[in-house]
Amino acid sequence: MSAAAAKSETVQPSNRPPIYERLNAAQLREALHKMLLIRRFEEAAEDSYVRGQSYGTMHLSIGQEAVAVGVCTWLSDSDYITSTHRGHGHCIAKGAKVDRMFAEFLGRETGYCRGRGGSMHIADPATGNLGANGIVGGGIPIAVGAALSAKKLKTGAVVVSFFGDGANNEGAFHESLNIAAVWKLPVVFVCENNGYGMSVSTKRSTAVDSVAVRAPAYAMPGVSVDGNHFAAVAEASFEATERARRGGGPTLIECVTYRTRGHSRSDRNRYRTPEEIETWKARDPIPAFERELEAFGFLSRVEIEKVRAGVDEEIKQALAFAEASPVPSAADLLRDVYTV
Amino acid sequence: MSAIVRELSYAQAIQEALAIAMEDDERVFLMGEDIGVYGGAFQVTGDLVHRFGEDRVMDTPISELGGAGVAVGAALTGMRPVFELQFSDFSTLAMEQIVNQAAKLRFMLGGSVSVPLVIRMPTGSGTGAAAQHSQSLEAWFAHIPGLKVIEPTTPYDAKGMLLAAIADPDPVIMFEHKLLYKSKGPVPAGRYAVSLDKAQVRREGRDVTIVASGIMCSRALDAAATLAEEGVEAEVIDPRSLRPLDMATIVQSVKKTSRLLCVYEGVKTLGIGAEISAAIAESEAFAYLDAPILRLGGAESPIPYSPILEKAAVPQTPDIVAAARRLARGQV
Repeated sequence: MSAAAAKSETVQPSNRPPIYERLNAAQLREALHKMLLIRRFEEAAEDSYVRGQSYGTMHLSIGQEAVAVGVCTWLSDSDYITSTHRGHGHCIAKGAKVDRMFAEFLGRETGYCRGRGGSMHIADPATGNLGANGIVGGGIPIAVGAALSAKKLKTGAVVVSFFGDGANNEGAFHESLNIAAVWKLPVVFVCENNGYGMSVSTKRSTAVDSVAVRAPAYAMPGVSVDGNHFAAVAEASFEATERARRGGGPTLIECVTYRTRGHSRSDRNRYRTPEEIETWKARDPIPAFERELEAFGFLSRVEIEKVRAGVDEEIKQALAFAEASPVPSAADLLRDVYTV
Repeated sequence: MSAIVRELSYAQAIQEALAIAMEDDERVFLMGEDIGVYGGAFQVTGDLVHRFGEDRVMDTPISELGGAGVAVGAALTGMRPVFELQFSDFSTLAMEQIVNQAAKLRFMLGGSVSVPLVIRMPTGSGTGAAAQHSQSLEAWFAHIPGLKVIEPTTPYDAKGMLLAAIADPDPVIMFEHKLLYKSKGPVPAGRYAVSLDKAQVRREGRDVTIVASGIMCSRALDAAATLAEEGVEAEVIDPRSLRPLDMATIVQSVKKTSRLLCVYEGVKTLGIGAEISAAIAESEAFAYLDAPILRLGGAESPIPYSPILEKAAVPQTPDIVAAARRLARGQV
């Protein structure tokens, strides 16, 4: 990871990562747009919580945006993802609209789950997003099931399962990787290793040094990349999604990253030092991506500023939409328990 | 034209429903442990793998949680999986996916998805398989909004309810009592559905209402025959569905007989009969009661191995006769 980190910090055209050959300026502008949108969405969500507008809890992925966007760059609406309790980034990267996400946050009828799910269950089946999940590891076997559907229905779809380092010690993770490998299913397992399962470090919780080394136990490729480096994530996930589409079976990708915010609202940061947090803040994936886009001639500083300004406006409008949206009616409580 | 009616066993009736569902709908497939060439631990899937192939009758690794989750994911994305848990006891390994995911996804996602999944579970005691292969956990699942829970008693209902369950857009848990697998009954050939929310009066009577599902319904009918010889006419109601519970049929019967006995194999405390008793106490039938409500449930113990102990742990026909007799004679 340190080598990759050093590379991303000394950007020169001569060390341009090869994955950029597969992406044009428009695609990269959209990737930056999504990374910024995730960041601003979560900052605004945090703000709405502080102002007492939203309810419950939330898990912010600030600092992890390059993973969600780097992976989803290769997915279309007919591909699926399953996500985690820290899932805002995955939703936005997969195509969810921030106005309906804010509406869900504020518990409104116009939200993605009509206010029934909140931050932890945002889903958008129309764009292939099978949902964030409140259970650690809960989405992993569901992703394998979606991949089984894709294989049976011959849709050509690939499924990405996002999960955290905490999930790599759940039985669901191990059972799912095994089943996906035995049945050779088109699924990519993406572990966002942000160093902590709530408060317990991977060092204290996980017997192996890298989650990626779990992969050979399930006869699939495993790769560990710098999760704060868009190009590194994009490169690994391009190969994995292509392999899955070719019928080559599953891959495990570990993206080493960091959440600069706490686990949730209750976190008092007793398990990590301010120095550690500052070190990672200096490795913020968004400015690093912008430096590369500029250095490799994809976007000028002026264009980058335009993207930033556009995101700020988008967030403003989305919040206004959410705030103006109706709340659910208590009379509808039982409406969606059953289909019939 | 009425369909040809044959005598089939409960297991054959289920197998026939699975075959029809797979013939009719390409999306239907079976998953489970040893359901392929082995034919299932209770020979329910039998030779289906030879007829439909390994892609539609899929042996899974011994991974109940993973298997359940794969079934949920497949159901969410256009397939209609029927997942067999080899013993209902093994549902304990899969509870996360059944309770947190299958049951809640539709609601949690604001109605934007459905989970058309059937989970079949051989259940109950009486086979000498002891504490970890003999439980009756129906009440656990009936406690979860978002699930539908059925427990057919007859081969006719087993086929018709399973066909209805596979066609249903929501997750259905089907309990199949192991002692019923070999029991025979008339089953029409071809397609028919039995609704997933209606109880059935199996025997009419004026003196006492006995509510019992699965193998307990068979025992209640045997008990009713004995009671009739003594002049006690028991009405036997088979709930068939435990969630939703068709209380209207039970209320109507209790208003007629004024006496209620609930019989169930699950542990008595907080079991299905506890719910039925409470619902009757809250209903218009309460004012009609001439005696306290009685429950005969499983003992407050794990299911033991030794036959004499195993029999003592769950209601048997003589227990039902004795309890109904006491109720009918005002001895409670």
